[in-house]
Amino acid sequence: MTAKIAYDDVEVGTELPAQSFPVTRAALVQYAGASGDFNPIHWNERFAKEVGLPDVIAHGMFTMAEAIRVVTDWTGDPGSVVEYGVRFTKPVVVPDDDKGALIEVAGKVGAKLDDNTVRIDLTVTSAGQKVLGMSRAVVRLA
Amino acid sequence: MALDQSFVGRSYPPTDPYEVGREKIREFAESVGDANPAYTDPEAAKALGHPDVIAPPTFVFAITFKAAGQVIHDPQLGLDYSRVVHGDQKFAYARPVRAGDRLTVTTTIEAIKSMAGNDILDVRGEVRDESGEHVVTAWIKLVARAAEGA
Repeated sequence: MTAKIAYDDVEVGTELPAQSFPVTRAALVQYAGASGDFNPIHWNERFAKEVGLPDVIAHGMFTMAEAIRVVTDWTGDPGSVVEYGVRFTKPVVVPDDDKGALIEVAGKVGAKLDDNTVRIDLTVTSAGQKVLGMSRAVVRLA
Repeated sequence: MALDQSFVGRSYPPTDPYEVGREKIREFAESVGDANPAYTDPEAAKALGHPDVIAPPTFVFAITFKAAGQVIHDPQLGLDYSRVVHGDQKFAYARPVRAGDRLTVTTTIEAIKSMAGNDILDVRGEVRDESGEHVVTAWIKLVARAAEGA
């Protein structure tokens, strides 16, 4: 494991570069195929509305995959991730247009731990609402 | 009806091995738009100290969720899957999943709770490679919403 960020160079409060990830209906279809999750709430508007959702929603695991990119792009080595957990608090609603939705991710160092590891606290929002709660990763730095 | 507490601690037999392929990792990384070369280029992965391309952190979910199907579809437990939503998800990694891994999952029911008519099920999946070494543990929290009128 070869993180490009050194433990000694970060402090509690150090911010990671924030990123925004677009998510369209086409992206959800592609993710359904790659992940094997074909639940129709992620691609069928009629079905989603029948079960009480406002529209098609993104896979929670899609949002989880996007959010950790702020961490793995920062360390360079995805193998630096020791722990990663989230709570799915609100769905990311994806309208049927060319723009879709935007997942916005910010992260900062929440704690410095043992063995060159740090806890990263992520803030993940879409349309101004927090979509993941308790979103935290532990990563090993150089 | 609340789920039977006596299922807490129950483990299910290890799954048949899932062989992790380079192209499956590439397909997954492309589907989340992640261009990190460690997922697609063996040389880039080796430069980071990995023997082959590695998988994005959440790649293993599909494998552990399929294994959790043993719990979800256990007729004795009687979970109503049509009411289930994914509450929490967590992973703890001993090392990243990589191409060539043959992974088996041992699934255990860690906790069963009942809150406001909802059944909350914590399921742990221990993922090991062919040599028996621990690779990653995945925790899935499933919430079965209260049936209407219950």
